[in-house]
Amino acid sequence: MPLSQIPQIPYIPYMPDYQDMTACQIAEYVKAGRMSAVDIARQALALAQSEGHNLNAFITLCEDKALAQVATVDKKVRAGEFVAKRASRRTGNSAEISAGALAGVPIAVKDNISYTGYPTTCGSKMLETYIPPFDATVMERLIDAGAVIIGKTNMDEFAMGSSSETSYFGPVKHPLDPKLSPGGSSGGSAAAVARGIVPLALGSETGGSVRQPASFCGLYGLKPTYGAVSRYGLVAYCSSSDVIAPFARTAEDLAVLYSVIAGHDMRDATSLAGDHPDYISCLKTDRKFKIGIPKQYFAWELSCQVSPVLNQAIESLEKAGHEFYDISLPLTNKAIATHYIIAPAEASSNLARFDGVRFGFRTAGETDLKQMYLRTRSEGFGDEVKRRIMLGTYVLSAGYYDTYYLKAARVRELIRREFENAFKEVDLIITPTTPTPAFKLGEKLKDPLAMYLCDVFTVPSSLAGVPAISVPFGTVPAADSSLKLPVGVQFIAPYMGEKALFQIASILEHLKE
Amino acid sequence: MTVYEGYKPVIGLEVHAQLTTDSKMFCGCKVSYGASPNSRTCPVCLGLPGALPILNKKAVEYALRMILAVGGEVALHSVFTRKNYFYPDLPKGYQISQYSQPVGRGGEIKYSLENGRTKNCRLNRIHLEEDAGKSLHPSSKERYTRLDFNRCGVPLIEIVSEPDLKSPEDAYSYLNKLKQILQCLEICSADMEKGHLRCDANVSVLPKGKKKLGVRTEVKNLNSFKGVKRALKYEIARQIKILRAGGTVKPVTLWWDENRRAARLMRTKETSEDYRYFPEPDLWPLAIDMPWLDSIRRSLKELPDHKYNRLVKQYKIRPYDARILAADRLLADYFENVIACYNNSRDVVNWITTEILGILDETNESITEFKISPAMLAELLKSIDDGIISGRTARQVFREMAATGNSAARIITSRGLRQITDKKVLLKEVDKVITANPKQVEKYRSGKTALLDFFIGEVMKSTQGRANPELVSDLLIQLLKK
Ligand SMILES: [Zn+2]
Repeated sequence: MPLSQIPQIPYIPYMPDYQDMTACQIAEYVKAGRMSAVDIARQALALAQSEGHNLNAFITLCEDKALAQVATVDKKVRAGEFVAKRASRRTGNSAEISAGALAGVPIAVKDNISYTGYPTTCGSKMLETYIPPFDATVMERLIDAGAVIIGKTNMDEFAMGSSSETSYFGPVKHPLDPKLSPGGSSGGSAAAVARGIVPLALGSETGGSVRQPASFCGLYGLKPTYGAVSRYGLVAYCSSSDVIAPFARTAEDLAVLYSVIAGHDMRDATSLAGDHPDYISCLKTDRKFKIGIPKQYFAWELSCQVSPVLNQAIESLEKAGHEFYDISLPLTNKAIATHYIIAPAEASSNLARFDGVRFGFRTAGETDLKQMYLRTRSEGFGDEVKRRIMLGTYVLSAGYYDTYYLKAARVRELIRREFENAFKEVDLIITPTTPTPAFKLGEKLKDPLAMYLCDVFTVPSSLAGVPAISVPFGTVPAADSSLKLPVGVQFIAPYMGEKALFQIASILEHLKE
Repeated sequence: MTVYEGYKPVIGLEVHAQLTTDSKMFCGCKVSYGASPNSRTCPVCLGLPGALPILNKKAVEYALRMILAVGGEVALHSVFTRKNYFYPDLPKGYQISQYSQPVGRGGEIKYSLENGRTKNCRLNRIHLEEDAGKSLHPSSKERYTRLDFNRCGVPLIEIVSEPDLKSPEDAYSYLNKLKQILQCLEICSADMEKGHLRCDANVSVLPKGKKKLGVRTEVKNLNSFKGVKRALKYEIARQIKILRAGGTVKPVTLWWDENRRAARLMRTKETSEDYRYFPEPDLWPLAIDMPWLDSIRRSLKELPDHKYNRLVKQYKIRPYDARILAADRLLADYFENVIACYNNSRDVVNWITTEILGILDETNESITEFKISPAMLAELLKSIDDGIISGRTARQVFREMAATGNSAARIITSRGLRQITDKKVLLKEVDKVITANPKQVEKYRSGKTALLDFFIGEVMKSTQGRANPELVSDLLIQLLKK
């Protein structure tokens, strides 16, 4: 029953608006029976249909399954199943998390994560009709935790882009200004959370696809350690960097969502086996961090636009007793070139399976096999995807492999070591998340290099596989409007160092208040 | 070897052997032949987006057995590689294989030619990879191709030889030995006709006296042992003909068409595929720990050469017979199982090499499908020794056992084949024969004692072969004396 139709009789307790609540609060209220998961889901679906449509944030809404899920959640609440019970897990080394940690919490999921019953399009014509016959591991874990999947969000085609404009289903718009890009490639998820349709969303990261939109939209966005979250069911772009990554509006919510999805998975050979700490109870800490400031990230000319926010963050943290050190990461300026060799190389191979033979789009009326391949792939992929496939095919070709791919792989190893060495001196590294606040739709679409440079601060940690977080901290004035645009501060941690990232995010969250 | 006068063929073989693991190389799907199309598939082996490979440790173990058995070097750290190419039966658009860092290097295979001469072929490498699906082109009328992915993801090892083979006969014998080793290690059924073993050959010919290798061609689609021989002969002759005419051989890839007994051009070097190999990012490099490797080494099955030596020594059987047994692990097992119940190795080996192999050849069965178990054969042989049946009757019983699977005792009883050893009964039969053949009796008594065999034969005839021949002989000698 919609909220407006509930008669205001005195003995009915005040039911708050889920949009004003954190995911943790929603779960608590739902588990306590003070809010109905069904009502929240209905409201979220309605919002997704109206507001989500305006932003072009969703490709598919998952109404049928969402309503079935909330019915289960409410039933479990009535049966008392969520009361003081630890979640059961298939493997022992997942993060500790209470049962029903996300009970009744509406969540949006990027459309490159497989979910049965609905298309997983990856924002591409190629997969417009493809319905996966299996769930990604993260989807199983979300549903186990009581989360309610509202819809699949719009994204750059096959996650290739930094503005969510290369989608076959049209660009995603920024919640603050429809002329702006929310960032990408996980722009639909970011916009849905920033607009308040859902408190949480999943995106995916390869070189900044969650941190950058988090920064543009004023959200918390985590790029987990490579392998910390199972990739099973995530449609691969660059397998050696891809990782499923969460968005949230608070540090705690981010930690809860991460706890739910993280942990070893038998179905992903690159998934990490190892214990996760209790990320939620360790959020409150008196720990004073040693934080490195890498000069290379600040020498960037564009970063002057965002540096006031960054300086403010450093100042506040220093006042709170955290120590800052100048450090040097000289390979930073090699990261973009390295990433744009390795990622297209893997993509050219990962996307070979979209050939029109077994599923997805196939060109009509072609009887010659080679022509069928050519036309299917020419018509089914957008320009940016084709550009990267060609680039990747080139760098792997006989005669070019050593010059490009192999060299890039070696530089990547050096970048990894550079971070390893830096973390011998400091606990965390602080940098801007992006060189600029949100830019205009269409501004960089015709200039691939400018678009690639959006990721200049996020790509190095992706190459190294270490975790990083974007924390919203302040705004800067927009260039040609009276708007104030959010800007994120990035922290990078050593391998499996998510705990420190959540802690620093929580510290900064309180300092902001 | 005058066929190649003035020229020396140089041959290297690349053999793909399908491993007989229960499940596929990177998913849990069962490996099974003859299952209905696409019934043994899952998101992983169908290459669905988001599915990921998980390495089957058994496949690695099988590869290690082979590497150890041929004296190769096991790489404790090897790398899986993607081999990229488009084909409808390759669902991911790449095959997971190994390239620059294979799991095995080196080793050698000793093989013997039909004339008994033994030779040696060095191996270059042994690596792991997954099989592709099957494209079926039902008929030229149907304007489509059917795809069956049951085979897709079945583990293979590729065994690459050095170019040490000097003739089609060498290649044939090498392949035969390879088959024996694979079967002996219980890692591959090695039936070439069923596609368990697939072979590509690199062929060049070298004018005698020259050192530098000639231009190499590749012949693909060699699907039977005899086909390998034929294709190699064809290609060597083709190259020699070109050279004799003063031409040059082009480095092409040929497709052997066994029906037409000819090879057709598949691709030239200019159009050769660039597989864009790169390390498989979905799998960590393959690390093999020493304790595991040692345990595999310890549990390695006896190889044909060792088996041959042991059979000769332990059972004192003829080298010729030992070679037959050692070449077929299952046959050798059968032999040793019979010996366990019946300790006359020569008799047993004779029965196996003449009777059993004869029947298997007729019925086209393998020894595992053979209806007479080792214990049943032992029982049959014992009943000859015990005088229950004669050797001649035994062969008749044997045929029936092979056809019905019934025991010797049951057949002997139900058919009344038990030998007649009762002297009174035999005396009656002998009397009858003597009375019926007065002329022969006269001749015998006048010194033509060789006629004894005639009388024995007559008694055997009248008793349908059931009379005990020794007793009959004794009785005849006694009675004919009179
Ligand atoms: Zn499978």
